[in-house]
Amino acid sequence: MNTANPMIELKSVTHAYKTKAGPLPVLDALTLQIPENSFCAVVGPSGCGKSTLTRLVSGLMKPNEGEVWLHDQKVTSPRPTVGMAFQNPVLLEWRTILQNVMLPFEIVKSPMSKAEAHDRAMHLLDLVGLAGFEGKRPSELSGGMRQRASLCRSIIHKPDVLILDEPFGALDAFTREDLWCTMHDLREAEPFTCLLITHDLRESVFLADQVIVLSGRPAHAQYVLDVDITGKRTLDDLYTPKAAEMLATLRHQIQVAQGRATDADAPLDGHPTKAEGAA
Amino acid sequence: MNETARKILAPIVFIVGILALWEFAVWYNQLPDFRMASPSDLFPHYAEFADLFIVKSWETLWRTVVGLALAVVVGTLIGMLMGFSRFARDGLYPILVGFNAIPKATVVPIVALMFVGQHDFNTILIAFMISFFPIAVSVSIGLSTLEPEYRDILRSLGASNTTIFWKIALPKTLPEFFGALKVAVTLAFIGTNLMEIVSPHGRGLGDLFDSARISSDYPLMFAVLFAMAALGIVLFYIVVFLERIFAGWAERAPN
Repeated sequence: MNTANPMIELKSVTHAYKTKAGPLPVLDALTLQIPENSFCAVVGPSGCGKSTLTRLVSGLMKPNEGEVWLHDQKVTSPRPTVGMAFQNPVLLEWRTILQNVMLPFEIVKSPMSKAEAHDRAMHLLDLVGLAGFEGKRPSELSGGMRQRASLCRSIIHKPDVLILDEPFGALDAFTREDLWCTMHDLREAEPFTCLLITHDLRESVFLADQVIVLSGRPAHAQYVLDVDITGKRTLDDLYTPKAAEMLATLRHQIQVAQGRATDADAPLDGHPTKAEGAA
Repeated sequence: MNETARKILAPIVFIVGILALWEFAVWYNQLPDFRMASPSDLFPHYAEFADLFIVKSWETLWRTVVGLALAVVVGTLIGMLMGFSRFARDGLYPILVGFNAIPKATVVPIVALMFVGQHDFNTILIAFMISFFPIAVSVSIGLSTLEPEYRDILRSLGASNTTIFWKIALPKTLPEFFGALKVAVTLAFIGTNLMEIVSPHGRGLGDLFDSARISSDYPLMFAVLFAMAALGIVLFYIVVFLERIFAGWAERAPN
């Protein structure tokens, strides 16, 4: 793993929310590095601060302590080189699919001309299987199709970092697998660094180069799994002994994070992250 | 029957049917004019007072529209204030509810005294006061219930709050806004007529109604009511037309 020049780097990030009952610590000295053009999935028990992580990396929020670095620059505010997609596709109902996909160009200054931007939108829509739907309104599309449009919008302005907060969480199993393959196609067409938050261990193994397991709240990086699948991935790669092994390891680590198991019960030899307890 | 034909024919069939029923009921019960005028009594009055009807309708119409426009501007501003600031919402809500609860018929004489002789201004003021409340409430609800993801999607690209307002908050609130405008347009119309009748100053359909009452011309009173209804329908459908243009996306195609 090339960690010489990470695209996304969190340096001992600690964050707490203010609540009526006092501060609620969410992240505790979280340290992680994501190399350029790699795909990193973050899994962990629910409520462990995964979404907080996306808001910190995108610059929507500032951490109480520690630093977030993108591309060798400290993140202090939102930046146009980032793309985001959420579980809710949040398409603007009053716009057509094409106008939705083109939305970032209305905010971000892009070197692309109007015609180039339009061509790029049409190309991306074609790539995700939405050719012919550009003139439709979001209400005329199915949930999976809306999420495809949302993905197109998140990368239309050629961001170098894509942040995905459970974008496939609300979809049925088959649509979800379909979209996983679409993600691979998109990254093959143009590489970008990706941070994916998910609850789905199979999804994390199929999509990511490294899977980070967060501990329970307040979260730190408890375990890092390097996904060892070479070549172009297909869904069949999820049904191999190697994949089963990785899934079992992740499942165990989640149980550790939930406090339902200890490392001693590990089904296999894992390698705890060096970042653990970095503070 | 195709859809356009149905939309035009259905109201006509119902209106003609109801008028016929009414005509029959008056004739069958042998009711005198002063108990109940029949539709056939009204037409001679429209013919006789056509000029008056046109002038008075116009006076009522323009003052209603100006009052409503004022309600849209002020109501939207108050709604924005309450939608964006929790402090303003908590502070303004009880005041607005209290203000809305005051029967406007009691405000008319006060306003008439406050701005003596400013009849157009007073009428517009009452039309405004009676109609801005639903607009303010709906805009504030529309803005305060905006899902945070919508804001994040633009904020993560570095958009300013102004951009977020114009590109997302405002268009997303339009369906609620037009829902309120449909209520407000009728209320503004009632406000105008309230001023014209409770504080007579020789203008509007309310004045024509008052004159008819004083001269005991009962069929003319009914004729004025019908003119008012017609004007109300026109105003309402103008709002529906605007809604189609600006918030048509919110209406799902019938399945």
